[in-house]
Amino acid sequence: MTAMGKAIPAPVGLLAELTHRCPLRCPYCSNPLELDRRADELDAAAWKDVFSQAAALGVLHAHLSGGEPAARRDLVEIVAHCAKVGLYTNLITSGIGLTGALVNELAEAGLDHAQLSIQDSEPESADRIAGYAGAFARKQAVAAWIAQAGLPLTVNAVIHRANVTRAGKMVELAVALGARRVEVAHTQYYGWGMVNRAVLMPSLAQAEAAIAEVETLRKVYAGVIVIDHVIPDYHARYPKACMGGWAKRGLNVTPSGKALPCHAAETIPGLAFWNVRDRSLEDIWMNSPAFNAFRGTDWMREPCRSCERKEIDYGGCRCQALALAGDAREADPVCHLSPHHDKVAGVAAAINACESLGQDGSGGEPDYVYRGMKLFEPAQ
Amino acid sequence: MTEAPRTGPSSKPRLPRGVRLKHDETRGEWLLLAPERVVKTDAIAVAILQRCDGIATFEAIVDDLAATFSADRARVESDVRALLEELAAKRMVDL
Ligand code: SF4
Ligand code: SF4
Repeated sequence: MTAMGKAIPAPVGLLAELTHRCPLRCPYCSNPLELDRRADELDAAAWKDVFSQAAALGVLHAHLSGGEPAARRDLVEIVAHCAKVGLYTNLITSGIGLTGALVNELAEAGLDHAQLSIQDSEPESADRIAGYAGAFARKQAVAAWIAQAGLPLTVNAVIHRANVTRAGKMVELAVALGARRVEVAHTQYYGWGMVNRAVLMPSLAQAEAAIAEVETLRKVYAGVIVIDHVIPDYHARYPKACMGGWAKRGLNVTPSGKALPCHAAETIPGLAFWNVRDRSLEDIWMNSPAFNAFRGTDWMREPCRSCERKEIDYGGCRCQALALAGDAREADPVCHLSPHHDKVAGVAAAINACESLGQDGSGGEPDYVYRGMKLFEPAQ
Repeated sequence: MTEAPRTGPSSKPRLPRGVRLKHDETRGEWLLLAPERVVKTDAIAVAILQRCDGIATFEAIVDDLAATFSADRARVESDVRALLEELAAKRMVDL
């Protein structure tokens, strides 16, 4: 088909943030602190064009995300188009804003799969985390509608200090809700998650207990539910290959049409992001300076440059390198080989010390900074 | 403890909704698509999965493949069972 160069493989996934609007206010939300406004969102015609281009470029999975994608009235139209151009279409939803009728319409339009977030296995705590009364109960109903419509369901559970002792219970809830797959993801500290890091991060002991519990359930539920487990990287020796490698497997498009190599890429100064309103998706994927900035391994410094793991983790997360080491070209400080590793160890150690003082957040109500449309000033 | 999924002679394997076998024009290969998963699929696996329509029984699928490829039936049977049980454990096939 296209003149796709040998060196740059076609993207596999496109994550479309259809809107930043969302009725929930999760304190770990990966949306940026400055949320796109409704008036700036791409319209349905523009999104359809993006998905047509994506399919032609080789994208296989379309992830319709947000914010809450159900906040858009043209969601069915967009799903139908994705199905028409042959994309495997996945709806990533909080469930709030969906109705039984809408779920049926989406299924008929060709939706392949739905991914529903849960905040906790205990209703009261779940609603507090979501910042939305009644969210827990509503999600039970949404899961039932999804099952009735014949759609496969993944439940997504983000783990942090307020629910870390119930990681296993959340897997059991996912089974009870009829999910075929559950994603148990320890919080990643981007966007609002970074703002709330001090109240979100569990202690090492809590995280390890939760990880062990979930790993045990993997065997218990073999053949019933697939468990995808994203474990915390603050406590790891090596970083994760962020996005499977920068500009290697996938891309995000923001509500206003900016193409990003990852969620948090906009936090890196000096990167110019091209917009799907101005350029073709292929041009962006192949030639955008932001995509090429950290593609492959040529940009690396030591210790990554001469490291045998450089094609495995690609030096980890660029945004984390920037946030903790002060430069996006450094190794992800999560790596124990990084000269800045003490900063990660410092954050983790501070949290562990908090726990030994009894301030583990399990008793009192955590003091979250909820995300909101208002411009926010980080307290520091 | 749940039993690992098993195929019996009369089970009627099928790809559940949300799992799709697709020929990818860009990469020139057959892929099995599932939520967050892309599995490269060789010619034999494609031949097996294309027969998993929820109507044909395991036995019928094995007979058909053995005849089509003039292959040893016992060998075909163990290959088909291994593939389907592996995919069933990942919830990519319903047995
Ligand atoms: S993480 Fe929570 S607040 Fe953010 S988009 Fe998802 S449901 Fe909405
Ligand atoms: S030095 Fe760089 S490439 Fe090597 S393991 Fe650490 S982050 Fe990865």
